[in-house]
Amino acid sequence: MSARVPIELPVRHVTEGSAGEARTLSVPSDLSILEHAIDVITAESVACGVPDDVAQFKLRVALSEALSNAIIYGNGLDASKPVEVVLRVVGRRVEIHITDQGAGFDPETIPDPTAADRLECPDGRGLFLIRNLVDDVMFNDRGNAICLVLHRD
Amino acid sequence: MALAVANDPSGVCVISVSDQLIVANRQELKQAVLEALEAGATRFVIDFTDAGYIDSSGLGVLVSVSKKVRETGGELRLSGLNEDLRMLFELTKLDTLFKISDTRQEAIEAV
Repeated sequence: MSARVPIELPVRHVTEGSAGEARTLSVPSDLSILEHAIDVITAESVACGVPDDVAQFKLRVALSEALSNAIIYGNGLDASKPVEVVLRVVGRRVEIHITDQGAGFDPETIPDPTAADRLECPDGRGLFLIRNLVDDVMFNDRGNAICLVLHRD
Repeated sequence: MALAVANDPSGVCVISVSDQLIVANRQELKQAVLEALEAGATRFVIDFTDAGYIDSSGLGVLVSVSKKVRETGGELRLSGLNEDLRMLFELTKLDTLFKISDTRQEAIEAV
């Protein structure tokens, strides 16, 4: 493994009027910084009130899925295209919006990876894991933005 | 992720995974198993005692190397899954596909 210069992923705090404050960051579409991005977003989520025990495993796995989908399929591993991440506290929930620049996909078309005939497939478990590891999942109409919803402490 | 590959005195190839097994590094694990297969190994233990989280790509590479090992007449067993990792395997029903031991030693003896 070659030594890498750590890439900064600055988090901006944006005031959204009466809706409160959002935390935003841009993640370059480069898998070598995926783990670092997951660390940063997990820490921000805990700061927003996501319970630590949920954040450290379930959220990390869900973020790995959502970010890698956005980086690989959405932005085609083009490092010049960032994945935009916005965290918002909405009442008792934290919303993590992850948006790529791709054409989007229809989440309803993904088959059940636990079906007997799909169990030995190496792919196709990402969205299934996200749905099962966070409290709620939403998509925009185009299918290029996913929102992970987690209950606060 | 860091991988430690060791040959147990009983002839079992033990691959210990540290930290994360995710899309960014899954090829390293695949490569380690393929190289060991090429070197003649038939019995494998992949140990997760020191592992962090695994994503769907990590699970996928395990499915794929397990198949490869079976195709060559070998056997592969997983060990050291903590409560969170075990939950992932149960959720995806991969606990029905893999042979899983609680500890590395138990896996070495069983494989």
